[in-house]
Amino acid sequence: MTATLNLLVVVCLGYVAFLFLVAFAAERAALRGRGGWLRSPIVYTLSLSIYCTAWTFYGAVGYAARSGLEFLTIYLGPTIVMVGWWWGLRKLVRIGRTQRVTSVADLISSRYGKSTLLAVFVTLIAVIGTTPYIALQLQSVTASFASIAQADPNAAPLEDTRQIALSVAVGLALFTILFGTRNLDANERHHGVVMAIAVEAVVKLFALMAVGVFVVWGLGGGVGATLARIDASALDHWQVDGTRWAGLTFLSAAAFLTLPRMFQVLVVENDDEQHLRTASWAFPVYLLLISLFVVPIAVVGLEIMPAGANPDQFVLTVPLAQGQDTLAMLSFLGGFSSATSMVIVAAIALATMVSNHIVMPIWLNLTGGGAVMSGDVRNVVIMARRVSIAGVLGLGYVYYQMSGGGAALAAIGLVSFAGVAQFLPALMGGIFWRGATRVGALVGLSLGFVLWVWCLLLPSFGAGVVIPEAVMAQGPLGIGWLRPQALFGIEGIDPLVHAIFWSMLFNTGGFIVASLLSFPTPLERLQGAQFVNVFQHSARPQNWAGGTAQSEDLMVMAQRILGPGEAQALFQDEAQRQGLVGYLPEPTPDFLALLEREMSGSVGAATAHAMVGQIMGAATVSVEDLLAVADETAQMMEYSSQLETKSEELARTARQLRAANEKLTQISVQKDAFLSQISHELRTPMTSIRAFSEILRDGGALDPEAQAKYAGIIHDEAIRLTRLLDDLLDLSVLENGQVNLNIRTGVLAEVIDHAVAATGVEHGPLKLHRRRANEEVMLETDMDRLAQVFINLIANAQKYCDAEAPELTIAVGSRDGQLLVDFIDNGSGIPRQAQSVVFEKFSRVSDQKAGGAGLGLAICREIMARLDGTISYLPGQSGAAFRVTLPLAQRLAAQ
Amino acid sequence: MNEKPVPLFLERRSYRQRRLMDAARLLPLLAAVLWGVPLLWPRGGTEGAVSMSTAILYLFGVWVVLAVLAFLISRKLADDGEGAPGDGEGGQ
Repeated sequence: MTATLNLLVVVCLGYVAFLFLVAFAAERAALRGRGGWLRSPIVYTLSLSIYCTAWTFYGAVGYAARSGLEFLTIYLGPTIVMVGWWWGLRKLVRIGRTQRVTSVADLISSRYGKSTLLAVFVTLIAVIGTTPYIALQLQSVTASFASIAQADPNAAPLEDTRQIALSVAVGLALFTILFGTRNLDANERHHGVVMAIAVEAVVKLFALMAVGVFVVWGLGGGVGATLARIDASALDHWQVDGTRWAGLTFLSAAAFLTLPRMFQVLVVENDDEQHLRTASWAFPVYLLLISLFVVPIAVVGLEIMPAGANPDQFVLTVPLAQGQDTLAMLSFLGGFSSATSMVIVAAIALATMVSNHIVMPIWLNLTGGGAVMSGDVRNVVIMARRVSIAGVLGLGYVYYQMSGGGAALAAIGLVSFAGVAQFLPALMGGIFWRGATRVGALVGLSLGFVLWVWCLLLPSFGAGVVIPEAVMAQGPLGIGWLRPQALFGIEGIDPLVHAIFWSMLFNTGGFIVASLLSFPTPLERLQGAQFVNVFQHSARPQNWAGGTAQSEDLMVMAQRILGPGEAQALFQDEAQRQGLVGYLPEPTPDFLALLEREMSGSVGAATAHAMVGQIMGAATVSVEDLLAVADETAQMMEYSSQLETKSEELARTARQLRAANEKLTQISVQKDAFLSQISHELRTPMTSIRAFSEILRDGGALDPEAQAKYAGIIHDEAIRLTRLLDDLLDLSVLENGQVNLNIRTGVLAEVIDHAVAATGVEHGPLKLHRRRANEEVMLETDMDRLAQVFINLIANAQKYCDAEAPELTIAVGSRDGQLLVDFIDNGSGIPRQAQSVVFEKFSRVSDQKAGGAGLGLAICREIMARLDGTISYLPGQSGAAFRVTLPLAQRLAAQ
Repeated sequence: MNEKPVPLFLERRSYRQRRLMDAARLLPLLAAVLWGVPLLWPRGGTEGAVSMSTAILYLFGVWVVLAVLAFLISRKLADDGEGAPGDGEGGQ
């Protein structure tokens, strides 16, 4: 088999189709909720491998061939960051998740008071830093095409490499648009893309290791022989310059955190913080494996390839030269994978930033009223993102074309790293130092950016291309200490290290000094506290005060950004939480913060804040929020929660006091009533007794019939008096505790039977419901007294139940060691205000139905107290309901 | 800054967890120190220069050790260490 260009194109297209399928299947699986395996820590770890681009796939070998082990620094930095996950990455990921951060620009802008200016600035630096990098990927793909074409004797020499670059760029744009903008909410994650890059990660690792194994065991003759070869080669000794070793390790560590594409996979696409746990060791292992064979390949390549062969292509050309076409094809796919996965993720990350921080604010400004106007914001955002993806790739292609794909491009990798590393002070300072301010971040970033452009970016195009050679040698306008590669007259430092050192120094210094000198806005302080103390309280910020917002307007806006279904669910949940019916909750600060956070997942924090702001009016921060920002937050909260507890306690006591007072008043009224009652109760029979006894004494002319009648009345009244006095006596005995109880054992059913028989209910209109099975309970108590209570209750029901067909239910149950006997009738019950006094002496519920003296229930209560039980009114039943409780322990003892 | 009283001494399990967190925090430092050692090596062309194979074995050996340590620590570290009471003293 010969590696023809045509075959290569076919394999390439087949591979791309395969990636499409993988991404499509992953999206489908995620949609159906079967995507559990999509969220495994391994997929997360593999997705991090977009750090290894084509530049590292091909370039590392070239790098090693030129500068020995220095290439390792590119991997050592990320390894240090990953093994230190507990310290930094964990916090970054937690913040990213709680604040629904969509990009590195979003995080920085969000931290510094949702500043749009910062977001735009960071986005611009990211675009400037990343575009050449994308161009680099296009170059490496075309270069690998060219290498294979050279080896193909049948193919005409590749003339228009630009054609290839263009088709690669267009294909990547299509793929990215298709799978990168399927859903709007960045927190919904791009399962398809992540899965595809995970597969690509495996392909490139496998490819590079396959080439490495072939070189070491196939050509080198085993590990020992290869090591001997290495020591015998041009790369025989440790050659690395110390400053570059340290500087580049730092640079790669910084870039690992700040590169937009790395931030995308590390933070934004992270599904579960726990994945970091696995990635903390698995990603270093990945990096180790991918760099393991670099030096052997370089050494063997230098040995067997003709002098002048491009070492950047050794991974491809060594197998080709050995006739290993399949291996070469695999190697080509590995490089292709590295390039495509980087470009895809970088394009998504940049497009998110550009659309959220540049396009959306402009669009909002242009449309004036913005969110409340007609038109679907979702479509606008998605369109903006698609256009941005195309734009980013277009820029990369234009850059590639303009630079001509020369050697100048090869150096751009580290230049790009140094550019995005300028975010580091603002990013790290933002999450670890509450004193960091927006002004500080702006000053630091500006200084770093200017120095980076002056010392590294512009000179990187080559002496005399952008900066005239005279300026390089003598400084601008002859000012010597401003020479791009010898600032302050300090010469002799490696240009890259020189640029990193000065830009980071001024960046960090400016950031710290300006932060110390400036004063942050309330929103900044609020966000600062949220970010730095993310582990203490992952609560969301409360930045909205006042209720001027119209819930309906908010709903209209939210529907456009989140989609109708999701927005309605969100609003309904909130309304329910607030205890309202329907879809429109009160626009409380809590809810507005939640809404803003949800929306920031789609359009970024600054834009979401601005959109809510348009509806809310000014971006106000309330006094409470300011208090929350202050250092004493925790104490304040502690104090206020104590106050809250105390005030609750006070309220409870006040309620109890009020109830007690009410009862006392009623009892006092009763006391008054008692006297008049007792005199009334005693006087009525007395009056008739006196009147009739006078008649009997005075009038002798009474016929015996009348005499008997009057004597009968006197007798009846005397009995009534006696009964009243008996009751009073009984009560007073019970109240004084002088009663003698006659404790016996018996069955509850018998007591009830006795009570029912004594009241004659069976012959009256009152219908009785009982469940005898439940009543077979052994009791050890005073049966007669208990029966007295029951008789009283049944008689009351007889007398007072006002239903047309009166019914009485006697229900027996037990709970917590208590026997419960409920007497429930179907009348209208006892009015609420009378319930608390129904057990007091002489209390009568209704005056019309004066039947007794009002002592019955008072006696019942005293009896039950003597029997260690209670009697209470049971509210909320179908009618009047009384509950008698007796301790069950007695029953058990009896059994 | 929380007003909650923080116990001065921790029970054995929490103590272990706390020291594991320290280890996790120190790991990048260890990495930087070990990989900083080559800064002391004499460079090629001078007397006693370190050979390439030795350099490779050393650098990759450190790498393996770090990966193993990271693996062990990440396994042992409790799921939600930061929620432990008394975070103020050793938390962030």
